[in-house]
Amino acid sequence: MGVPPVTVEVVEREFGELALNMGPQHPSTHGVLRLVLHLSGETVVRAKPSIGYLHRGVEKLSEHLAYDQLAPVYERNDYLSPTANSLAYCLAVERLASIEVPRRGRFMRAFVAEWQRIASHLVWLGTLGLDLGGALGGGTTLYMYCFREREKILDFLEALTGTRFHTNVNMIGGCRYDLDAATAAWSERLAAAVEAALPELHAMSGDTPIFRERTRGVGVIPPDLALAVGVTGPTLRGSGIAHDVRKDAPYDAYGELPLSVPSRSAGDAEARFQVRIEEIRASLSLVRAIVAGLPAGPIFSRKPIKNPKATKVPAGEVYAAVESPRGELGMHLVSEGGPKPYRLKIRAPSFCNLQVVEYLLPGGLVADVVAILGSLDPVMGDVDR
Amino acid sequence: MIGAFLLSGIVLGVAMTIVAYMTWLERKVAARLQNRIGPYHVGVPHGWLQPLADVLKLIVKEDITPRAADRLLFNLGPVLVVVSALLGFAFIPLARGVAVADHPYSLPFFLAFASLSLLGVFAAGWSSNNKYALLSALRLVALVTSYEIPMILALLVPALLAGTLSLSGIVEAQRGLWFAAYPLIGQLALLLFLICALAEGNKSPLDLLEAESELIAAYNVEYSGIKFALFYAGEYAHTLATCTLAATVFFGGYLGPAPVPGVVWLVLKSAVLFLAVLWIRWSLMRVRIDQALRLNWLVLLPVALANVLLAAWWSVRG
Repeated sequence: MGVPPVTVEVVEREFGELALNMGPQHPSTHGVLRLVLHLSGETVVRAKPSIGYLHRGVEKLSEHLAYDQLAPVYERNDYLSPTANSLAYCLAVERLASIEVPRRGRFMRAFVAEWQRIASHLVWLGTLGLDLGGALGGGTTLYMYCFREREKILDFLEALTGTRFHTNVNMIGGCRYDLDAATAAWSERLAAAVEAALPELHAMSGDTPIFRERTRGVGVIPPDLALAVGVTGPTLRGSGIAHDVRKDAPYDAYGELPLSVPSRSAGDAEARFQVRIEEIRASLSLVRAIVAGLPAGPIFSRKPIKNPKATKVPAGEVYAAVESPRGELGMHLVSEGGPKPYRLKIRAPSFCNLQVVEYLLPGGLVADVVAILGSLDPVMGDVDR
Repeated sequence: MIGAFLLSGIVLGVAMTIVAYMTWLERKVAARLQNRIGPYHVGVPHGWLQPLADVLKLIVKEDITPRAADRLLFNLGPVLVVVSALLGFAFIPLARGVAVADHPYSLPFFLAFASLSLLGVFAAGWSSNNKYALLSALRLVALVTSYEIPMILALLVPALLAGTLSLSGIVEAQRGLWFAAYPLIGQLALLLFLICALAEGNKSPLDLLEAESELIAAYNVEYSGIKFALFYAGEYAHTLATCTLAATVFFGGYLGPAPVPGVVWLVLKSAVLFLAVLWIRWSLMRVRIDQALRLNWLVLLPVALANVLLAAWWSVRG
């Protein structure tokens, strides 16, 4: 790996600081992240993230499956926004093989992706509450209310796609499920319900003085550091750089949709919180715009797939990126013309965003560690792949 | 003598039963606050046997002592927590002239025993030989001991107003007006006491000792089975003792309209205070240790001192 092994004994012997293994079994490391913290009292002196506990070899697996079999595999990477993963993959294959996607199919993909972005941000808000408030306090209360709203979205996605979570909606060449009038009306009702719940969620989080005290000025990412490390997504926009793949390199239907890119300049955990809350609103108006402007026509441009191994992609190299709820999720695909990818590299937003932790944690307290991690919203499935 | 034994036995039994059902109540209230139902299936209706099931489960669980732990302190910690929390009940007057130990200095005694439980927590955190537990023990030294000061200052106010350090004397002095109803002085003291009690009782937003999301379970991270149950019971007994003390010194304790016995009034008042604590606990997030310390030294302590001076002036003048 090239990273020197960091063991607790070495830290304590060599540096004379208390080494604290935070994770991989820890309630606030969002899965199996391990942080080796060097503590002086409760102040963090150094922090080393140690990752790989959820490595499943997805990139290698890509070299062994046919093109049409792969999209569902990637949905397991970033398991809070499955659609974004398969969407990036489908875009890459479509660009390389010059497959056209019907306009309605492009709208439908964006529709599901936006609903999942809202669901993902709700999970983030709930778990940030857990990080700041603990399981035995007000944090759980916020968490439960966030999950109540998310549950409605998952129920809706189940009605639309048959699956609550790994919707498997994206296919190379289009979209698997279509929206009928009843489901479209449901989407409108759901958008109204989630929007009505937002002030309540905000009252439990951003409006409380304790939440503000815990997040304001904590984990400040200066814009140059954000660019140097390669931070993307809401975390980058919280640092004042309004970069959004949907806006700057539009894919699917985003070129035709009214998209607002919220950003803040403070760069602290509170700014990232505000950006994500505004993104929920932006996504709500996006799904409304999609339902209102959904064009007629087919959603899938290819013939029904009987034998997935028959699909061949011409030789070449392509990079396609989407804006996942965590940032720029890119897939770099190399094809040699066969039925399987020669190599596929995933640019995971959580992985890149997590690199900033090493610069943010020193100087803070142990309590800030969980606040900062929570505000970065890493998904370990996305980090380790 | 026999009467005192009998009374202490009754008080202990009732207190432990209340403690067991406080866990059930807390789970129910938290569930309602969170749009859930809470325990439901163990015992119809509404899972009323859940505390019994919890206790049975914890008793039959394996009792683990880490090899590297300091055995004596490790085993002493939970016992100290429970015993000191329960000892406090001895000084609570249950009716006029009825208390297990009606001592002229019962208020300081109560506080001394309540502080002993912190020693138990510290012993647990120190002896576990676990870094999270150690951090928790360090937090205890920095934080909870400093919250003791404004708490004691807040409790001095009723003592000053009543002119006695005996709890039954303080209750009797409230025949005319509860101390919580004294304009400014009484309310400030009550508020200060409640804030400090949150820190002492390890409740959110000042539950920095346990700090589940930072220090996992902190001082009791290495405990399992019956020893963990003792911690759990000790925490609730401590909360109950605190609520009962607040009811006694600020809300007239056993005083209340005649046909209902005084004990019932005391339990009712304590229950209302416990519900208030639950409400706070399940709505607010945790503050950071530096913020908690700043709140204590820069806000609570000066306000408490000024309040004591005000109360002293009031009682001298009046």
